[in-house]
Amino acid sequence: MNPIVPMIASTVVAATPLIYAALGETVVERSGVLNLGIEGMMLIGAVTGFATTYATGSAALGFLAAACAAVALSLLFGFLTLNLQTNQVATGLALTLFGIGLSAFVGYNYAGLPVNRLTPITIPGLTAIPVVGDLLFHYDIMVYLSIALFVGVQWFLTKSRTGLTLRAIGESPSVAHSIGKSVLKTRYLAVMFGGAMAGIAGAYLSLVQTPMWVEGMSAGKGWIALALVVFGTWKPTRIVVGAYLFGGVTQFQLFAQGFGLPIPTEFLSMLPYAATIIVLVIICRDPKTILLNQPASLGRSFHSAA
Amino acid sequence: MLKLERRATPSSIMSVASPLLAAVGMLITGFVLFKVLGKDPVEAFYLFFVKPVSTTYGIGELLLKTTPLLLCGLGLALGFRANVWNIGAEGQLTMGAIAGGGVALWFGDSESAFALPLMLLAGVLGGMAWAAIPAFLRTRFNTNEILVTLMLVYISQLVLSWLVHGPWRDPQGLNYPQSQGFGDAETMSILISGTRVTWGIVYALGLALVAWIFSQKTFAGFRMQVAGLAPAAAAYAGFSEKRNIWIALMICGATAGLAGVCEVAGPIGRLQQQISPGYGFAAIIVAWIGRLHPIGVVFGALLMSLLYLGGEAAQMGMGLPSAITGLFQGLLLFYLLAADLFITFRLKRVAPVEVNTLKPPVRAETAA
Amino acid sequence: MQRRTFLKVWSMSIAVGLGVAAPAAAPAAEPLKVAFVYLGPRSDGGWTQQHDLARLALEKAMGSAIKTTFVENVPETADSERVFRQLAADGNKLIFATSFGYMEPLQKVAKLFPDVKFEHVNGFKTAANITVYEPRFEEGFYLIGTIAGLMTKTNTLGFIGSFPIPSVMRNINAMALGAQAVNPKIKVKPIWVNTWYDPGKERQAADTLIAQGADNVAQNTDSPASIQAAQEKGTYAFSIDADMSSFGKKAQLSGSTEDWSGYYIDETKKVLDGTWTGNRRIRWGLKEGLVVMAPLNPDIPPEVVKVFEEKKAAIIAGTLNPFAGPIKDNTGKEMVPAGGKMSEATFSSLNWYVEGVEGTVPK
Repeated sequence: MNPIVPMIASTVVAATPLIYAALGETVVERSGVLNLGIEGMMLIGAVTGFATTYATGSAALGFLAAACAAVALSLLFGFLTLNLQTNQVATGLALTLFGIGLSAFVGYNYAGLPVNRLTPITIPGLTAIPVVGDLLFHYDIMVYLSIALFVGVQWFLTKSRTGLTLRAIGESPSVAHSIGKSVLKTRYLAVMFGGAMAGIAGAYLSLVQTPMWVEGMSAGKGWIALALVVFGTWKPTRIVVGAYLFGGVTQFQLFAQGFGLPIPTEFLSMLPYAATIIVLVIICRDPKTILLNQPASLGRSFHSAA
Repeated sequence: MLKLERRATPSSIMSVASPLLAAVGMLITGFVLFKVLGKDPVEAFYLFFVKPVSTTYGIGELLLKTTPLLLCGLGLALGFRANVWNIGAEGQLTMGAIAGGGVALWFGDSESAFALPLMLLAGVLGGMAWAAIPAFLRTRFNTNEILVTLMLVYISQLVLSWLVHGPWRDPQGLNYPQSQGFGDAETMSILISGTRVTWGIVYALGLALVAWIFSQKTFAGFRMQVAGLAPAAAAYAGFSEKRNIWIALMICGATAGLAGVCEVAGPIGRLQQQISPGYGFAAIIVAWIGRLHPIGVVFGALLMSLLYLGGEAAQMGMGLPSAITGLFQGLLLFYLLAADLFITFRLKRVAPVEVNTLKPPVRAETAA
Repeated sequence: MQRRTFLKVWSMSIAVGLGVAAPAAAPAAEPLKVAFVYLGPRSDGGWTQQHDLARLALEKAMGSAIKTTFVENVPETADSERVFRQLAADGNKLIFATSFGYMEPLQKVAKLFPDVKFEHVNGFKTAANITVYEPRFEEGFYLIGTIAGLMTKTNTLGFIGSFPIPSVMRNINAMALGAQAVNPKIKVKPIWVNTWYDPGKERQAADTLIAQGADNVAQNTDSPASIQAAQEKGTYAFSIDADMSSFGKKAQLSGSTEDWSGYYIDETKKVLDGTWTGNRRIRWGLKEGLVVMAPLNPDIPPEVVKVFEEKKAAIIAGTLNPFAGPIKDNTGKEMVPAGGKMSEATFSSLNWYVEGVEGTVPK
């Protein structure tokens, strides 16, 4: 058996939740809001998605419920940071604490229960092609939707009118406000979108990657997604590449171990993290890259007195 | 209709009253929460906030847990004021523990009086060295410090894991992942007998005072605050951004590194796979609860520490699952953060009027 | 502590008031307080959950004679010492510490509370009031090897390891030896994920092993991710700690699980009747019912089941020792001579691979 194809397939599955969460956060950050609560929202999404699918048998409902639950959490974040002007960094971290606790609490009775995995879709004629079929046409629907999401977000941020408004708000909310754009409304919508995507990312873990619920099952993926947004310098293309790179390097180090490489496994385990730093350094060599791409008002509260 | 209005100057009354407001909100929510769970709210509050500190030992534990939170929180607060987003204090703490622990292992059974001071120094330097990576990458290559500091947390933990599994493993330890225990000369002395609290808390409180003086009275502190509040003004005044980044990360690396070595030279007494249950991350919240003010951070660290102890007491006393602790902590933090609103804003009753969009609105952006 | 003292004083004063001489023994009405300290959450679906199920079984078996308390998610940092101390101060007389990393704090707290009895899993430091207990996991993993060795078509087995500590090393070696006893061509591929729990990474590790030709994968990490991976790929896997067949009915052939209830009930009874002693080092396995093989998959052919049952019976009878010589390490050096058995020192500090396991031990 050629091991390369299943390795790539495994990487794709590992990267997909990162793509959802990171693309969602990109939109949030482009509007000037920094939500560090992804980990918490992912866990709420994971437990809600699992519970819903367990009760109804429908994965679609599971993903929907996961998105809704995480949106509810993101609204809490939005109310605190956008209306009450609380500090975004601290509120996001508090949201993570809260989400971990809440998901563990409501999910207690779901631990150890099985649920049917969302199965890969087969495309008549295409899936059967050797190698290429396995490589490209043998994933679950959420993988393809993540690509659609990427295209959508890319289009939204660069081509759509609302996307331009959102970016303008992220750069300078006061200017956007003075030309009559609603900073509050746009940021709320962005925060909700980020919540929905984090929820879906969480549900992907509990319904596809490892179909089960255990507390804390995201195991730090929310943080990786957050890092990927920076890694991708707030650009969807780079973020998607980053997610596959991260998943791929993780896969590679496990693969290398299977061949008995005489390197301490801790060093191999460091590879994905070290690679992320190194690639970012290469991208950012040009001193303008980050400055040009980072939303200027990121993390700052905005209050309009009018 | 109620509307928020910015105060001309931050209210000094509210800066005291807002934590009280948060406490009232928390009491009400907690009351409802515990009632719904079928637990006695009064007993729950007693377990959370009173029982942990009802004995000398308990107070010692509170201070012991406050030490790393306060140390990391101080360094972080300073950085956040200067707009340096170090979220990897956990990694700097781990490196401090590794460096300090390495010195302790090098001294071995020696009773040298230099052992402990050198360990503390090594811990500080270890944390600084680890923080120098993001500082260098940010100033030289413009690499965002949020990502670098976070990734370095994972790497530092793997370095520690490798050391205790490999080169620094205790030869008498049956190949289990821990180093030899440190000798008396490599252990910090106990501050209050009958407890575990070490001189670390004294260092931390001393540093809080120093940080307060630094930020209020020195020019370097002023430069950093300006850089945080108004980067353009800072650049105009010729304050070097690079120097601020270096200062912020070096100070945080130093305090977090000290926190790490205080853990291994204090209550843990050896190197092992896990040193910190996440102090570096919790300290970010501590810094903001303390409103990035050194004295505020002291109170933030004490409160956070109490919440951890209270969570344990509630588990032992009433069988509340540990998930409740996280839930409760999250809620309390929400209240605390939200209540701060009233320091800079006030509620005003206004008649609903049509907003005239043509009139240029008054705008405000705040960094906090 | 205070409440307890108060109760004692109160009951004694009643006794005195009634003109009855205070009996030497405290009134029997007060239940024995037994506490459990967990590293993970109770609902982790594996290690901690098995301990908590046993705690519930203990409560059920002993009724009002005892009262149990648990603390979950206690990290192996400076925090565990406080938890032990608080539990002892709160009047718990028997405390089970269910993770290796609690060893040093336990030593300190046990000195302060000589009348409290402590039990520590997988450690190696005992004391007058500390007894160490440990499952004979190697028996379960030897039998996993038996099944895997007979079921594999590729002669390659996979093993997902957490950290290369002796208790995990014993499992991988026992599996290799068990498989080689029935199939000399066996090779074992280990992958270390450097974590006890990360379903995503465990899943990737399982995918990797399967892609590299391992059609039977065992694990020493906590989640059922490898069983799910095998289920999808149509290969086999083995569970650990708990039966995980609900996550892969076709894939899970068996598994090495624990049932702690017998041990906990036994020890609690010992404390109640005053026969409990410290300084013991207890290892329970298949025979005592602490190590339990997860139900066999009905797809396993009867001739394989037969070999499995024979080996299992031999282990229980004591005629089959998984670590009986000759054993060579994977560089060909003889570690246990033919006819000999592994020394206690080697057993408890095992850090080498037996022949047929690929790679070098991470050191």
